[in-house]
Amino acid sequence: MARIEAEVGKPQGGFMKWIDDRFPLTATLKYHVTEYYASKNFNFWYVFGVLAFVVLAIQLVTGIFLTMNYKPAAVDAFASVEYIMRDVEWGWLIRYMHSTGASFFFIVVYLHMFRAMLYGSYKKPRELIWIIGMLIFFVLMAEGFAGYLLPWGQMSYWGAQVIISLFGAIPGVGEALVEIIRGDYSISDITLNRFFALHVIVLPLILIGLIFVHIVALHEVGSNNPDGVEIKKNKGADGVPLDGIAFHPYHTSKDLVAIIIFLMIFSSVVFFAPDMGGYFLEHANFEPANLTATPEHIAPVWYFTPFYAILRAVPDKLWGFILFALAVVLPVFLPWLDRARVKSIRYRGWIYKSALSVFVVTFLSLGWLGTQPADDIYVLAARIFSVLYFAFFLLMPYYTAIDKTKPVPDRVVYHG
Amino acid sequence: MDKSKMLSRLVAIVALAITAEAIAAGGGAALEPADIDPGNKASLQRGARNFMNYCSGCHSAQYVRFNTIGKYLELSEEQLVDNLMFNAEKTFETIQASMQPEDGARWYGNAPPDLSLMARARGADYVYNFLKGFYLQAESPTGVDNMVLAGTSMPHVLWELQGYQKAVFSEHTETLEDGSSLTTHAFDHFEQATTGKLDADGYDDFVRDTVNFLAYIAEPIRAERRKLGVWVLMYLIVFLVIAAMLKKQIWKDVK
Repeated sequence: MARIEAEVGKPQGGFMKWIDDRFPLTATLKYHVTEYYASKNFNFWYVFGVLAFVVLAIQLVTGIFLTMNYKPAAVDAFASVEYIMRDVEWGWLIRYMHSTGASFFFIVVYLHMFRAMLYGSYKKPRELIWIIGMLIFFVLMAEGFAGYLLPWGQMSYWGAQVIISLFGAIPGVGEALVEIIRGDYSISDITLNRFFALHVIVLPLILIGLIFVHIVALHEVGSNNPDGVEIKKNKGADGVPLDGIAFHPYHTSKDLVAIIIFLMIFSSVVFFAPDMGGYFLEHANFEPANLTATPEHIAPVWYFTPFYAILRAVPDKLWGFILFALAVVLPVFLPWLDRARVKSIRYRGWIYKSALSVFVVTFLSLGWLGTQPADDIYVLAARIFSVLYFAFFLLMPYYTAIDKTKPVPDRVVYHG
Repeated sequence: MDKSKMLSRLVAIVALAITAEAIAAGGGAALEPADIDPGNKASLQRGARNFMNYCSGCHSAQYVRFNTIGKYLELSEEQLVDNLMFNAEKTFETIQASMQPEDGARWYGNAPPDLSLMARARGADYVYNFLKGFYLQAESPTGVDNMVLAGTSMPHVLWELQGYQKAVFSEHTETLEDGSSLTTHAFDHFEQATTGKLDADGYDDFVRDTVNFLAYIAEPIRAERRKLGVWVLMYLIVFLVIAAMLKKQIWKDVK
């Protein structure tokens, strides 16, 4: 008895010590939070990673409550959503938060990706963070697409019909693939069931796994900054980067301000314009899915429209699908397409600045064109912008190599 | 970005969101605005009466409960039972049509659609113009057609109130490049054929009240969410001030 007591003894160092002997809690918190050093000159563009986390949390929590009353069956789905909107206590708020959250997820993620293009965050040594991020984007698109079928409105049904039938363009396996996705010869109760399973279990699990890996990779190499300077090259005697400040409490206190401003914008939509003029909740989706009546004008939700416009710009079905897929996948290769020696737009020449500006106009224009009917003038415009979209990526190795860059300072620029 | 710029951007986004909803409520382009007043409870009460008397024979509003309407329209249970609940027993019941949908499909070719969400799916202006858009058309089985929804299988249920009207078309002839001429007809205006119980303004008011009610049942929570939203934003503003002060305090040693 005495021997065992001597070995175990009285707990020293309290509860945290007890945990730390069994799980690296203090070490993990230090590594990821209190001693994770990121540049002190983060600007507006650096809030969208944290905001994506906030939206993820909103979607997960509201999603759980929605599943408690939603019924994934073709005969019940539409009515169950109206039941949530009208009869479930606070159901309307949960539902509007979830539908608004879906659109805001894409707004935040698009801005997060644009930040990487502004400051070269995808460049060495952060290529893998970028690739994982693109995988997150693909899963998010699938998640948004599967979720949009669930209310079983006219747009849910016919939008899914259009997008799923795209896979039919693939030679040989196309039709079989479409049947596998639908699980039926047309979009039916079976499709709704499997999309529900994908939307609430499969894709969120993959999403959370990828986000975890995204953060681990980020904390391994450290965050980029608006100057594109590696802060780890200038460390003090204590081994802390001279331009770095701890994630907590510095960046967390700053992010809190950003989160509240974000929530103000988010709430303005939830409480004052949940339809957002038909862009967040399409008007036709307030009519239950009707297999015998096609809506006048089928348009996917706004966050898919830039790619949808490219698809429609191509007269051939197979080539349309190929270019559509290529447009989605091409950004993965940015780390190798971009040959500039500097990361940040602050030290790049006029060529890249112009190219990126044109790209922004191109992406927004394609997005708007994708919501419009396929009239001649719109298709022509979509063709011109599609060429510009691909040119931005495919010509990048040339124009970034010849672009005159400015010297990058040793330390980040910061005006207290 | 400095704070004033951030604030002005925020205000711009909020303004955009509110305008977007205003446009959404507006609906299509060529429609006469319904000009409904969602805050006017008397108008909504008249609309509920109109709906139950003239619409609910054929159309259901299957997601709408009588007690929900009663609470918002400030009607007592007695008033509900005596004036609105013609085919329902309990106030928690939903609005069901007196006619069976299968019968409707057999008699009219199309089952009359549920109207719970009609004003949200098509817009209040659409419904307003639809109800004012019936005109005499001899070839149609119902004797009428509709300017907003051509070929509708719905008869002019409100003929007794509005009377029948004729559509007057204007004729345009243009000479094409190859020398032939093309004549097109464009709708110009309606002309009263028979008089109804109500005059033109009276009928407009009747339709406006009805559409007001339809817009209300399409989203009964609308008024409450807007009221709550103001409190949520006020709370967030206070929170923002505190968070901004906290950030300033923590960052004061960052040089």
